This record gives sequence, C-alpha cells and structure tokens, in this order.
Amino acid sequence: MRRILAILLENEPGSLSRIVGLFSQRAFNIESLTVAPTEDNTLSRITIATRGDDKILEQILKQVNKLIDVIKVTDLTDRKHVERELLLIKVLAMNDKSRTEVKRITDIFRGSIIDIGKQIYTIQLTGDADKINAFIETLNNETEIIESARSGCVGIARGEKALRV
Amino acid sequence: MTKQLFTGAEMVVKALTALDVKYVFGYPGGSVLDIYDAIFQQDDFEHILVRHEQAATHMADGYTRATGEVGVVLATSGPGATNCVTGIATAYMDSIPMVVLAGQVATTLIGDDAFQETDIIGCSRPIVKHSFNCRNLEDIPNVIAKAFYIAKSGRPGPVVVELPKDLLIPQNKGEFSINTNVEMRSYNPTAKGHPKQIKKAVKIISEAKKLVVYSGGGIVLSDASKLLTKLVETLKAPCTNTLMGLGGISGTHENFIGMLGMHGSLEANKSMANADVILALGARFDDRVTNNVKKFCPNATIIHVDIDPTSISKTINAHVPIVGLVDIVIKQLLDELKETNFEPNEEALSQWWDQINQWRAVKSISYVPEAEGAKIKPQHVVESMYRITNGEAYVCSDVGQHQMFAAQYYPFAKPRQWINSGGLGTMGFGLPAAMGVKLAFPESHVICITGDGSIQMNIQELSTCLQYNLPVVIVSLNNRSLGMVRQWQDMIYGGRHSSSYMESLPDFVKVAEAYGHVGIQINELSELDTKLEEAFSIKNKLVFLDILVDEKEHVYPMQIRHGAVDEMWIKKGEKA
Repeated sequence: MRRILAILLENEPGSLSRIVGLFSQRAFNIESLTVAPTEDNTLSRITIATRGDDKILEQILKQVNKLIDVIKVTDLTDRKHVERELLLIKVLAMNDKSRTEVKRITDIFRGSIIDIGKQIYTIQLTGDADKINAFIETLNNETEIIESARSGCVGIARGEKALRV
Repeated sequence: MTKQLFTGAEMVVKALTALDVKYVFGYPGGSVLDIYDAIFQQDDFEHILVRHEQAATHMADGYTRATGEVGVVLATSGPGATNCVTGIATAYMDSIPMVVLAGQVATTLIGDDAFQETDIIGCSRPIVKHSFNCRNLEDIPNVIAKAFYIAKSGRPGPVVVELPKDLLIPQNKGEFSINTNVEMRSYNPTAKGHPKQIKKAVKIISEAKKLVVYSGGGIVLSDASKLLTKLVETLKAPCTNTLMGLGGISGTHENFIGMLGMHGSLEANKSMANADVILALGARFDDRVTNNVKKFCPNATIIHVDIDPTSISKTINAHVPIVGLVDIVIKQLLDELKETNFEPNEEALSQWWDQINQWRAVKSISYVPEAEGAKIKPQHVVESMYRITNGEAYVCSDVGQHQMFAAQYYPFAKPRQWINSGGLGTMGFGLPAAMGVKLAFPESHVICITGDGSIQMNIQELSTCLQYNLPVVIVSLNNRSLGMVRQWQDMIYGGRHSSSYMESLPDFVKVAEAYGHVGIQINELSELDTKLEEAFSIKNKLVFLDILVDEKEHVYPMQIRHGAVDEMWIKKGEKA
C-alpha cells in the first residue's frame, strides 16, 4: 500500500543522496520525494511517498533511521494527517468556449489561473494526489495538456504531534 | 600572544595523535603529499607503506579485528581512493570500525574531471557507515574525531573522510581545536535492552525445553565472550557460532556444538532446526546460515539481540526483538535469570543433550585419511597446524575451501583469534590482514591460511612484509585450482570446470625467496609435520608454505540448496 513518510535530517551536503541511494540500494520504491530546509536551516525535511507491505515498511523506517544524518522519521499514513501536492499545468485555451470551460473546471477544483498566453492558460492547484489526478483527467477530456509539473506530496500530522528536534 | 596556526595537513596529523592512533596504513600520491610531509615530521604514529591501497584497508582491518582499535587508512584521490573500495566494503559487511582518509583534488577543481579526481564519497556511499566531505580546514580535526566516534560506536563500520588538496597546502592555515567527546543530535545508538523485553525473553528461555544459543560476530566485536560463556553455562544450553562468531565461546567448550550454516556441523544445524527457542546474540540470520528462509526453524520462538534494529526481522521474523549492545544485554539477561531464581530444567536438558549427542556421533566434521602415497588432504594440514601452534595462533584466512577447512578444523579458544572476510568473502584479504595482526602482536604466531587463488590477489604485499619485518606464516593449500568454485562446478554444473583451474602457477618458493623470505614446498604427507614445525620455529623470517594438497577434496558437510537449515550433504552423495 501507499505510505507517506516524513523525515527530519541534518541539512548537510550529501544527506539527500544518502536517502535516495538507500532506497535504490535496497530496492525500495520512491513514488515521490520532496525536500527543503525547515525554518531552522540546519535541518531539512523530506516527504517520501512509497509503496510496500508492512515488512518492507518496517525495513524502510529502520534503514532510514539508521542513517547518521537522520534525526527522526515517521510514517504519517496511519495517523491523522494532511497531505498536499502542488500542480502547475499548462493547457491549450484556443477559443472562448475552451477558455470558459477551463476556467470553470479550475474554479470547481479551487485552482487558480496564474498565467495567460495567447492560446495558453497556466493553472496552479493544490490538493492531495487524488484531487490532482482528477483535475488532470478532467482537463485532459476538455483540452490539450501542453506541460505539467507536480511537486510530489508534502505531509504533516494533525493536532499536537510534531516532527521536531 | 598570537594563536599558533596550522595547515590542514598538520591538523590531520595532530587529530590522529589526539585520537591515540598508533599506525596509519597507506600509499602516497599527489593530493595527500602535504599530509605525508607532515607525517614525516612527527613520530607519534607510524605509517605503513603498502604496495596497493586495497591491502592498506585489509591491513588496517586485520589490525582492528585483533586489537579492537579503529584502523586508519590514508590514500590519495582518484585511483588511490577507488582501490580502497573493496576493503571498505569488506569492513562494512563485517562491521569493522575503520576510518579512511581519502585525498581529493582542490575544491576549485571538484567536478571538472581533474587529474585523479573521483567522487569517492559517491563511490563508497552504499558501503560506509557514514562519510564526510571536508570543505573548511578548521573543521578537519572535529570531522576526524566524529569519524572515529561513528566508526566504533553502535554497530561499528567504516567511515570515509574526503580531504581536498587546497585544505592541506602550506598556504592555508587555521587554528587547531578538537573535541574528542563527540555528541551528535542525530546519532545516539541504544546501549541497553528494553527491560520489558528482557523479562519476556527470560520467561521464554526459562520455559524452553530445546534451547539453542546462536551467537555471531557481535560477541567478538563487543568483547562479550566471557559473558556469553557464563550465560551458556548458566543455561546449560548448546551454543553454536556463526563463521564470524567463532571463538566467541571456546571451540573446545563442552556446550559448543560447532559452527552452523552452509558448512556448519550437522549437530549445530540439526539443533537449530529442532529447537523450540533460539536465542540469537549478535548474529544476523545471514543467508549462509539460514539456507531457505521459508523452511527455517518453523517451530522455534526466536529471541533476537542485536545493536542494529535493521538486522532484526530483516530475513527471519523475531518474536522477541531486543535492540542493544550484546554485552550489556547478556548482563541484563543474567541479572534477570538470577532475579527470577532460574533453575535449568534438568529433565528436558538431558533429553535435549541426548538427542544432540546422537547428531554429534555422526562426526560430520571428518574426512577420509590419505591412502598410502596419496596427496595430502587439506583438512590434515589444518589439524597439524592446530597441534603445532597449540591452538593459540591468530589465523587470518583468505576466501574459499581453505577458509572453511580452517573454520571447521581449528577450534578457536578465544575471540579475535579467527580473522576472515565472512560477509563480503573477499579473496586477497588474508595476507594483509595477517600483516596487520602481526604488527599488533609480533610475539604471537600469525598464520595466513590461503590458497593458490587467493594469495595471488595481494601477493605484492610480500614486499611490505620485508620492509616492516612482519614474519607471518603463510600456509597455502595449493590445489592448482579455485577449489570452492570447482566444488560447486562438480556438484551443480556437471563437473564442467569453467575457468576454475590455474594454469601457469608460479613457483611460490621462488616467489617467496625473490621477496627475501623463506619458501618451503610440502608435497609428501611424511614431511608435513616436520616441515610445518620447521616453519613455525623460524621466528624472524616470513615463511611461505606451498602445500600441494588433494585437488579433488570437497568441503563437507554442506547444506543442500533451497533446503531447510539442517538438510545437508554429509559427504559426496550422502545426505544426512
């Protein structure tokens, strides 16, 4: 099943490559990976979406924890959490009908049009993976997708639980 | 008063001195010449010049396995560093603490494919416990201190430190400060086992009727052999060792039932298969132990003690996992046994031992003695070697049949006496490892047991032996072929000996003599003991024994592929 892991680690050169290397070395799957420094810039936070059964997940968590740079790792999947992904997508909007329809779909999904060209709309949307997939599918039925960029998901636990030093 | 300033190269030397390093094993080259210049101007530690960087890593490794001290390697950038890769992987697989200082091109050149530039951090990433790129010269001392701390704490392992040339040159200087009491927020290895798990384990052990203690390299690494022996004697249980754990309990102890696994004893593997409780101490259920994991000890409750959580339930599911240093956990177990007034179940024990003694009676570790005029059996050589050295030698092995014969026929009384590349199986390990041991223990017999294949993978180190007066005894079981490969080809590949025999072998006696050593060939059984005795009586010269043995001999017993742990060939064509 799909799992969302949040990892807090030292913001050191090479620490990201150690995580990525570990996943490939041990034949673990990476569906998406996002990384950026936290408000404390000595720390980075990674969110990884992966797939595996309980036994594989247990190994992933232990192996990631074993890396010297890693401070904490948690599996967000089974607890209450929020996950979001950012989509930037460029679609053809050739005529009035098409423009109206793209605008209407974007509104329904609560996205926003952030750039307009002669025949092109660029749209921004946030949401979980299901919502993004549904949006892309709807647009694809309506017009032609020129290009899209997805951030991969980021996640955070709801409530008091926090991943911090 | 102005503060004294040092170059990065001087800082490397000062840091190693502050960390009580006695030997550095290495080979100079462009990017580390400044460090070599600083080494030249000090006498706190000795530098050992090898003939190939791979040997430097194995020599440091052997030194470490015998002494417990962190081994230090110094290599130049590019090929110097990549030559270390096999040695780093060897240390990684067997959890040996090692610090490899690798030169690098100047920071201004990194990424330009400069002369002798390799991304050694990238190359070694999957086979190190951790690695550091130094980018600031004043960081050097504390990076080295951290490298040592990480290498030797928790589950030990190799650490690589990359040192770019511009941080080392005389033009750049900085203040020196080092903190050897390292603390890291991201790294705090667990030491003690969880008290609840200890209680749970002791309860299961107390109720066991067919308990086996299965111990591994962790016992050797954490110097827990006395504690293990005490535990085994308290429980009156049988104890088996992995290849890495030999010497953890004396090989002649009455509770010792031999090595387990692929070439383990029948009694060890049978005991495991029939156990109701397995107490695994510092062992990791390696595939060379378990055979087919799906058939592995289905009826046993498994208590698994290991410092590394990833080792627990990786291949075999543990019912009671205990994360902690094995010496500390054994103490906890002994305390809890005392606390609960543990009394061995004598009736169950006597039935269990009766059963084990029946398996023992098969004498699975045995061979057919030589017929009149026949070639020497390799097992016979190991037996003679054991007798002549009173079982007290350090035995450093290469990889292949000779390694298994040594493990089977030389019962090790103490930990750290048996030194071999168990995890990675690195041919060429034996000689440099023996050299590292001889350096630490010049008064002891140090044997390199090897074969005509393995010895040629680092034979150039005979030159280093002469330079530093390292009179190890090389016992080469020469069967004119790659014995273990040949054995598998005989058993599995229809006897087709594809590239497993050695044509144009050198005259090893002359090779030894050319390097300034003593070479002795043994061809007749009648001269085996006298010539071995002669070799071990020569104290100040390296002796290379080229012993021509029966090339048809196979290592038995042997687990049957894809079978359960106790499904074994006892000898050619005969199943247990």
